[in-house]
Parts: sequence; structure tokens; C-alpha cells
Amino acid sequence: MRHVVVVGAGPAGLAAARAAVEAGARVTLLDAGDGLGGQYWRHLPDTRPAGREHVLHHRWETFRELGDALRAHPAVTVVPSAQVWSLERPGGGVRLNVLVGEPDGVGRDALALEPDALVLATGAHDRTLPFPGWQLPGVYSAGAAQALAKGERVAVGRRVVVAGAGPFLLPVASSLLQTGATVVGVHEAGRIGTLARGWLNRPWELAGAAGKAGELAGYIAELIRHRVPWRPGEAVVAAHGDGQVESVTVARLNERWAPIPGTERQVEADAVCVSHGFTPRLELAVAAGCALTPSRFVMVDDAQATSVPGVWAAGEITGIAGADAALAEGTVAGTAAAGGDTRTATARAAGRAVSRARAFAARIESAHGVRGGWVSWLRDDTVVCRCEETTYGRVREVVELTGSHETRSVKLTSRAGLGPCQARMCGRTLEELLGDTAPPGVDRRPLVVPVRLGDLASLPSSHPHPTASHPTGDQT
Amino acid sequence: MTSRRMPVDRDPVEPGPDRPLTILVDGEPVAGTVGQTIAGVLLAAGRREWRTTSAGGAPRGVFCGIGVCFDCLVDVNGLRDVRACLRRARDGDVVVRQGEPEVVA
Ligand SMILES: Cc1cc2nc3c(=O)[nH]c(=O)nc-3n(C[C@H](O)[C@H](O)[C@H](O)COP(=O)(O)OP(=O)(O)OC[C@H]3O[C@@H](n4cnc5c(N)ncnc54)[C@H](O)[C@@H]3O)c2cc1C
Ligand code: FES
Repeated sequence: MRHVVVVGAGPAGLAAARAAVEAGARVTLLDAGDGLGGQYWRHLPDTRPAGREHVLHHRWETFRELGDALRAHPAVTVVPSAQVWSLERPGGGVRLNVLVGEPDGVGRDALALEPDALVLATGAHDRTLPFPGWQLPGVYSAGAAQALAKGERVAVGRRVVVAGAGPFLLPVASSLLQTGATVVGVHEAGRIGTLARGWLNRPWELAGAAGKAGELAGYIAELIRHRVPWRPGEAVVAAHGDGQVESVTVARLNERWAPIPGTERQVEADAVCVSHGFTPRLELAVAAGCALTPSRFVMVDDAQATSVPGVWAAGEITGIAGADAALAEGTVAGTAAAGGDTRTATARAAGRAVSRARAFAARIESAHGVRGGWVSWLRDDTVVCRCEETTYGRVREVVELTGSHETRSVKLTSRAGLGPCQARMCGRTLEELLGDTAPPGVDRRPLVVPVRLGDLASLPSSHPHPTASHPTGDQT
Repeated sequence: MTSRRMPVDRDPVEPGPDRPLTILVDGEPVAGTVGQTIAGVLLAAGRREWRTTSAGGAPRGVFCGIGVCFDCLVDVNGLRDVRACLRRARDGDVVVRQGEPEVVA
């Protein structure tokens, strides 16, 4: 029986696991989290179950059905708290190295899997462009506000400003309201003209994305009900406070996202949640050797196959198009990975949904995609790399002194991107500042997460220890 | 207080009743409920920073909330560099502020 391993139990991975087992494979579903659902269906844990979890979710029933079906199926093994920390290619095959147990704990169980087929569904994290004061406590990524609201029922502040770009800001504002916060305003960087051109162009194409459009319309109605202003063409360009956020500066932006002088105003707030789009979690795909698209997502064909035989990809690592798209792509990927027929009615319907989703993703990008003018809200003392506290001024100085625009060499000299997050927060920003955006760039990371030396030591000796690139300390 | 948890009796999501636990944070007891992460317990108690950067001496807490940014690292029961946003709190956990992470690239 063909063994399919699926990494990631968000919408894409759940759908892939189900499609693969239905196509006759034996399936192992791994997720680093201790529950299923990924980012979209993040919910209170089983130790604190909610009576009405669906209040915070769309298609909660779909999730329940998928989760129940997978857990009940004899040919499916669901492994939660399973962190895949590296991927190797012994003899052209694929080996996943996994640690199962408490996050960052010691003495986790080590697992090595060599599947016949691999589906990567590792999702994305949100991306925040730096601005003066963004390192203050009280500044969060919008994803953090969302994760804490859904997964903890915690509101990150009382008076909260939501800012950045993209449709994601709407569910974040909604969750904050449902968690008892006051949302002072939602500031979208895209100007109304750009948004209209992106969203209203060829409206017939949107008919297929009716579910998503309805979801977004619902959020807008909710903002209006709560009298939350939604302001296009604006950004939070600075956060202020003594030790934590007390206020932010909001400014109007031009088409290029450069602040328009004289439009700045101060807004009192104790939290600000900022997201300018998403960055795919590409480590495993890059380690497997999968080709990337010019915009740095995993390149896939109509059957979600990557450029590497035996490896499929689905969900937001292949493009940012929302949960419906992730579900459809997962269905296609799982079917194909199991060696099933992607011309069956279900797989073909999913395939059509994938094409609609790609059109939707293109609209998000054209309406909300990052425009270069944001750089003009940086100051020389603005932190660019949060880990190493490297400032914009220091990055510019290094470029001037060394004459290099190569991300690698600027990182080594300025230390930007060398801290524990391994440039996950600042990597794309650095590349844009330097104009050095060729793939895989900062996305090549030998380890998906730091692993403690003790865990490495307990692994079978056949394992090459990738410690060379991470030599010091308790963790590597 | 800034960050806080939605009171169970007003929560439209209707979470199960609280099952109290206490963690020690830099020697001070902080109350939480079973199922919260360490970051969840701290934020619900209105605490938003629990790490100090070594270069700038600046306070940090949660930034990404999903285990990607490593801003939220704490020492838990003597083990450094634990991401507070991922680790579920257990009654009696001893949480200590830490400086720079030991993980270096
Ligand atoms: C914090 C956050 C909150 C979001 N909330 C919403 C929302 O409310 N509404 C909305 O429309 N969109 C939301 N999004 C956008 C969201 O990413 C997508 O709509 C959807 O979740 C994408 O599905 P996916 O299956 O591709 O990936 P995800 O749902 O991100 O699932 C990926 C899964 O892979 C796991 N994983 C990744 N790497 C590894 C590894 N190495 N080892 C083991 N497991 C791994 C992760 O733990 C995760 O569970 C959110 C995004 C983020 C980052
Ligand atoms: S808040 Fe980013 S890793 Fe915990």
C-alpha cells in the first residue's frame, strides 16, 4: 500500500489526507500544533472545549467532518505535536526528521519517515513591514491577534488599531470585536482606486468565489454595525510609547504607499495589529529541491505536483488564495499523491475551484500587494531585524561601506537576519531593500526550527548532524 | 490593564468552565486556566513583555503568536528558549525572564 505523508493539518493538509486515503493510500498526517485545523480553523484546545466554537469560524462543519473522518479511518495515522525539523534526500528519496512532543521540550520522540509520496501543506505566516516603534510591546502581527483571539480568547488590547494590507485585516478586526476589544480603525494601505481596479475588474470571474466574497461582505457589515471606520489609502507609520504602545501615527499614502506629508495624525491605542500580506513556509519544499515561482511560492502543475517527483504541494505555500482554495488544492494533491485518478468528478471539481482560486489570488495581489513607497516611512533608527536589533541606518551604512547589494553578505556584516528567527521576519524586507530578490534567497534554511543538542544526540547515528551551520549554545 | 481574556460568562464562544492553574513568573504567582499557553496566561493577566534583548535592553513579548518570530522566548522549569506562544502552561510551571536566546546561527 502506498504510504503518503502529509505535513500540515490546515485546510490544505486535511483535504489532502482525506483525498489520499479515499484514493487507497495509507496516510500519516503530521502537524506541529497539538490540534488540527491550521491557522484558519485555530480554536480552543480540547482541554478547554468551547460550546459554540462555530461563532468564530466559517465552514466549521467542514472542519469537524474532515477531522472526525480522518481520526476514525483505520488507514490514517494523525500525529499532533509533530515538528518536522528537517528533510533529507537519501538516494533521491525523501526522509523527514520529526520530533514529537511539547514544543521546544527536551526528550521528545524522534521519528524518521520515508514516504512513497509527500504532500507539503505547511501554510504561511503573515508579513509585517517594519516601521518606527514596531518593536514595542503592544505591536503585534495581525496573525498574532487572530491566533490569540481564536486559540486563547485573549484580546491583545482594549483600544486596538488594525493596519496593513489585504482582506485578512477584516477577519482580524471581527475576532477582536468578538473578544471584547474596541477596534479604533482598520487602515488599509491600498488606495480606493487600486482596490477598485483589482477587485472590480472582470467581475464575472468573481462569481465562482461567491463564498469568499460573502464572507468578506459579512465582515464589512460587522464593522459598520460596530461603527469601526475602514480607511483605504492609510497606514500606521509609527508606534509610540514608554516601554509599550500608547499611540500610533496614521498617515495617508500615495499610490506607491509613500506617506503624504502633512496628513499624519496621532491616534491613541494600547495595541496595534499589522500585516501586509503572507510569507509561505518554504523550508521543507526548498530542502526537497522544489522549484519556486518568481514570486517565491512553490511551483506546481495542474495536479499540484512540484518539480520534484514524489512531492506534491497545496495551500498557501503555493499562493495566497484563502481557505477554500487550500481545501480544493489539498483534494487534488492528495488524490494525485496517492496515485489516484485526478480526472474523477470530485478531483475535476476541485481542479476548477483551484483555477478560480488562482484568479482570486491574483486579485489580492493586484489590489493589496506591497508597493515600494513604504520605505520612505523608515528612519535611520528604525529596527529592521527584530532579533538582532539591526537598524535601517546600519543596513544602509553596510551597503555603502561594502558596496554590496547581496543579501547574504549584508546579513553577515550587519547581523540582520542572523538571529533565532532566521530572517523569517525581516528576510523579505532586507531583500527588497537591497533589490536582491532571486529565489530561493533567504528561504533556504537547513533547519525548520532550532533543535536542542540533546535531541540531535539521541538520533540514530546514520543521521548527519546539521550542526555545522548552527554551532553554538544549547540549541543548534 | 491592556491585553485580557474574554470573561467566560460573557463569551459568545462559550468555553468550558475555567480549571484554574498557577504559574510562577519571576517568583510571582500568575493565575490562568488549563489549556492556555504560557503567553496566553501572561497576556490574560495584562502582562505584555517578559524578555529583555541583550543589545538594546528592550522589552519583548508576543509578536507573531504562532511560533515564527522567537520574540516570546522564556525559561520554563530551568529550560531556556521555550516559545511561550506555543507551550501550554501547567500548574506550577516556573517561568523566568531570559535575555538573549542561546540559539545562534
Ligand atoms: C495566524 C494566522 C491566522 C489566520 N487566520 C485566518 C482567518 O481567520 N481567516 C482567513 O480567511 N484566513 C486566515 N489566515 C490565512 C490562512 O493562512 C489561510 O486561509 C489558511 O489557513 C491556509 O491553509 P493552509 O492549509 O495552506 O495552511 P495553514 O492553515 O497555515 O496550515 C499549515 C499547518 O502546517 C503546520 N506546519 C507547518 N510547518 C510544519 C512543520 N515543519 N512540521 C509540522 N507541521 C508544520 C502548521 O502547524 C499549520 O498547522 C490566517 C493566517 C495566519 C498566519
Ligand atoms: S510570538 Fe513569535 S514565536 Fe512566539
